[in-house]
Amino acid sequence: MIGALADSYTYVLFAILMVVGLYMVAASANLVKKVVGLNMFQTGIFLFFVTTAYVDNGSSPVIPAEAAAGDRYASPLPQVIVLTAIVVGVALTAVSLALIVRIYDEYGTLNEATLREVRTDE
Amino acid sequence: MSETVEAALALLVVVPFLGATLPLVLGLVRDSVGWAVAAAVLVVEAGLAARVVYTLAGGDRVVQVLGGETFGRNDETLSSGESTEGFAVGIELVGDPFSGVLVLLVAGVSLGVLAFARQSGPHSNAFYSGYLLLTGALMGVALTGDLFNLFVFLEISGLTTYALVASGRSPAAAVAALKYLVVGTTGASMYLVGIGYIFVETGSLNMVDVSRILAGETAFLDEGLYTDPLVVAAFGFVAVGLVTKAAIFPLHTWQPDAYAEAPDTVTVYISALASTAAAYALARVTWFVFTPAFFDAGAANRRVLEFLLVLAAASVVAGSALAAVQPRIKRMFAYSSVAQFGLIVIGIGVAVHPAAGEQATTFAVYGVGIHLVGHAVIKSGLFATAGALAAATGARRVSEYAGLARRRPVLAGGMAVLGFALVGVPPTVGFIGKWYVALGAVEAGHWPLVTVIFVSTVLSLLYIAQIIERLYFAGVDVSPDPAGTGTGSPGETGEAVAADGGAGATAVATGEGSLSVGMIALAVVAAVLAVVLGFTGSELSAWLDPVAAAVADAAPEVTA
Repeated sequence: MIGALADSYTYVLFAILMVVGLYMVAASANLVKKVVGLNMFQTGIFLFFVTTAYVDNGSSPVIPAEAAAGDRYASPLPQVIVLTAIVVGVALTAVSLALIVRIYDEYGTLNEATLREVRTDE
Repeated sequence: MSETVEAALALLVVVPFLGATLPLVLGLVRDSVGWAVAAAVLVVEAGLAARVVYTLAGGDRVVQVLGGETFGRNDETLSSGESTEGFAVGIELVGDPFSGVLVLLVAGVSLGVLAFARQSGPHSNAFYSGYLLLTGALMGVALTGDLFNLFVFLEISGLTTYALVASGRSPAAAVAALKYLVVGTTGASMYLVGIGYIFVETGSLNMVDVSRILAGETAFLDEGLYTDPLVVAAFGFVAVGLVTKAAIFPLHTWQPDAYAEAPDTVTVYISALASTAAAYALARVTWFVFTPAFFDAGAANRRVLEFLLVLAAASVVAGSALAAVQPRIKRMFAYSSVAQFGLIVIGIGVAVHPAAGEQATTFAVYGVGIHLVGHAVIKSGLFATAGALAAATGARRVSEYAGLARRRPVLAGGMAVLGFALVGVPPTVGFIGKWYVALGAVEAGHWPLVTVIFVSTVLSLLYIAQIIERLYFAGVDVSPDPAGTGTGSPGETGEAVAADGGAGATAVATGEGSLSVGMIALAVVAAVLAVVLGFTGSELSAWLDPVAAAVADAAPEVTA
């Protein structure tokens, strides 16, 4: 049990990060915290992908000219995927923060409940 | 010759993306150059789409491998009957009869909505950059043959949609866009988790390869992976993610806000294509990656699919019921989309359900294909008509529609035709789509689903009848709702019955949003298309025949 946990703790961490992130998105009333939760959710997924790329004693997948047949390298594909997904995540964060700035300018609040009240008053 | 088609496949994605930079760059030199640039780019795009679809009509499956080796894949362009071998490294763009449907739809709608945007705005160059980006991303969703690439294109289309929804001046649009962003990103991330699981299990991301490996058709596997818990979980994550993007109850909450608060042009565009692309992606993954064999492999697999069908059925009922109680037109149509996509997901699910025989599968596939196109035409037409009526008279609520048919006969007529098409009155395209989905459900013996489809028709009649009653039979002197939007003041309503006839190119100014010939034209063209497509049922189903055959055979790729 302990041994299995030591081997695969990153998968546990992935699950925790994902669930905590999702909980923040759903439960936090603060718009910025929702976006932070979203980022956490995505970071969990990145961790999952990077974990799958891990190879025992493998080096980074840049193959030198004098490579031997038995050399071990981490799998490059999940890392490429994570790089792409990070870019997507950054773009999403940028757009969401831009929207939040506009909402704050307009309504003067970042709280979802207050926002709802302000808007029903209109 | 085949090289030009393959090049066209890549250009379909590349041209709008490159074109999207032009409005911003040229904007440094001249103001409001965006519309012209978008028009030019989208005409080229439509030409490319026509070229690709022309080849696809011959029954070819066209593949373009972007970057990477083909490692034993046979000829990149496949003529009828052959199927690919070996593994793909690199991202494939795949044109087949199913993606051809969406390519044609995206090219057509994006060009048509431009006619609406000319007058309705937003007029900034940045808006047209976003518009072109969205077109390119939707083309990518239609064409990609790679699961992760699909995620990237879904996210690009999502991001640009959020930006476009917020491009209106009202602060409510920003709130709606943020809500859309949070829900949409969560959905896309769910999809990514599912893809991760599939990747861990199969080591591949290419749709055809993944499908083969899951089926156990490769040398390194003794048997299929269908009953593996990780694969079943992967389908769950992928389905939840895509269903969120397609706005299925109870994950639809972003959609009414986004559709209602977005500028009219954006509503017309995304109502036609945003959810459609997600539903298409769901169909593609369910039908060709997981295939019917997956759902027949174990009790858990079957239960996941049945849960999806229950959600879809709930979506049909809830969407229709919620639409019927909305006072605002755009919200009403938005909720109606929830119901219509419920119908499409029912079709997607019925096609691969173990209880479905070949006949049921065929009907369900026809239904999904036709209803995807039909709904896009009808719903964008309805939003265009609503937008044009709002621009002409300021009416944005059902109550304000009283007697508008006398002042705007063409638009009111268009709305009535499109409304009946949405309900599914023959001979419109809405009827054939619904009919085939229902027929599939009957053939497969899903009587609860058949009941749901029937009830939803009655419910949709409820809200469409409200509108038509207001338009044609309500007295003219009913005063507008006091809480109505500002432009609807009675003072303006006296002017210009003339514009509706489309005489001359001049727009009739009624404040900020004003009616133009382009807006009326789009509404009329959509109404005519909804009826004309209704007479082409046999052609449409013949086009979808290879798709249906591939689904029935649990084949990973569509070949004629």
